[in-house]
Amino acid sequence: MIAKLSHVSVFVLDQDSAYDFYVNKLGFKVHTDAPMGPGARWLTVCPPEQPELEIALMAISEGMMFTKESAHAMRDLVAKGTFGFGVFECNDLLATYEELKAKGVEFTKAPTQEFYGFEALFKDDSGNWFSLGQKEK
Amino acid sequence: MGEVYPKIYLYRRIVKAKLFIDEHFAEDIDLDNIAGEAFFSKFHFIRLFKKTYAKTPHQYLTAVRVEKSKLLLQTDMAVAEVCYAVGFDSVSSFTGLFKHMNGITPSAYQQEKHRLRKEIKTAPLKFIPNCFAESHGWAKKSNFQEVEV
Repeated sequence: MIAKLSHVSVFVLDQDSAYDFYVNKLGFKVHTDAPMGPGARWLTVCPPEQPELEIALMAISEGMMFTKESAHAMRDLVAKGTFGFGVFECNDLLATYEELKAKGVEFTKAPTQEFYGFEALFKDDSGNWFSLGQKEK
Repeated sequence: MGEVYPKIYLYRRIVKAKLFIDEHFAEDIDLDNIAGEAFFSKFHFIRLFKKTYAKTPHQYLTAVRVEKSKLLLQTDMAVAEVCYAVGFDSVSSFTGLFKHMNGITPSAYQQEKHRLRKEIKTAPLKFIPNCFAESHGWAKKSNFQEVEV
């Protein structure tokens, strides 16, 4: 029986910039930051209240995972905002929205009461988008 | 009567106060002044802040200082230096608070983080699921220290 999700990948255009976005803007914690040889780095972060879930900020570069062509295509798709990676949850959406906006995070949808809940949408520094919802109070 | 959210300008003031604490946590912050700058009475400010962040401004400031201390403890700074660098003025009260919030003393935390850092540096593959390591071509190296960094 599968018990839980422990790792999830988010493909990013630049790991240094992604580090700044996820750690300094979103307030996530660094779980593992390991240099893996020239030009390679294993970088995972966790939401502040979910230390058991590692989000691997994966560089899109030519190598074992991507050919030159597929890396180029993937970078293009990420930058265009093709991929939505999931839903984050916060305790207070209006406050979190105002704070992240003040830190320069780009929202594509302001907090809106939908039939399924209260949500906003934002993009990371690469172009990946996430939904941001509020816990039921 | 259902929940009524404060107007957005109130949120902006509360968020501004929170960001002020985030930036100036190491200073001798006068929380009364923050309430004044946010154009609230102290009581109203504390009530709204706690409603938004589930902590009073003072509790939040303490939590920020302890979280920042955890980052500094991962460096080679001494515990006392870390204590003063994040705005506490007593090592014993810092140690007590830290242990209360994390279940471990600052020095034990520092030792554990240093041990972990060393292990990540010498044996990073212990921290990477094999599927990721293989997809990057990292799993082929039997001894990662052979790779030039």
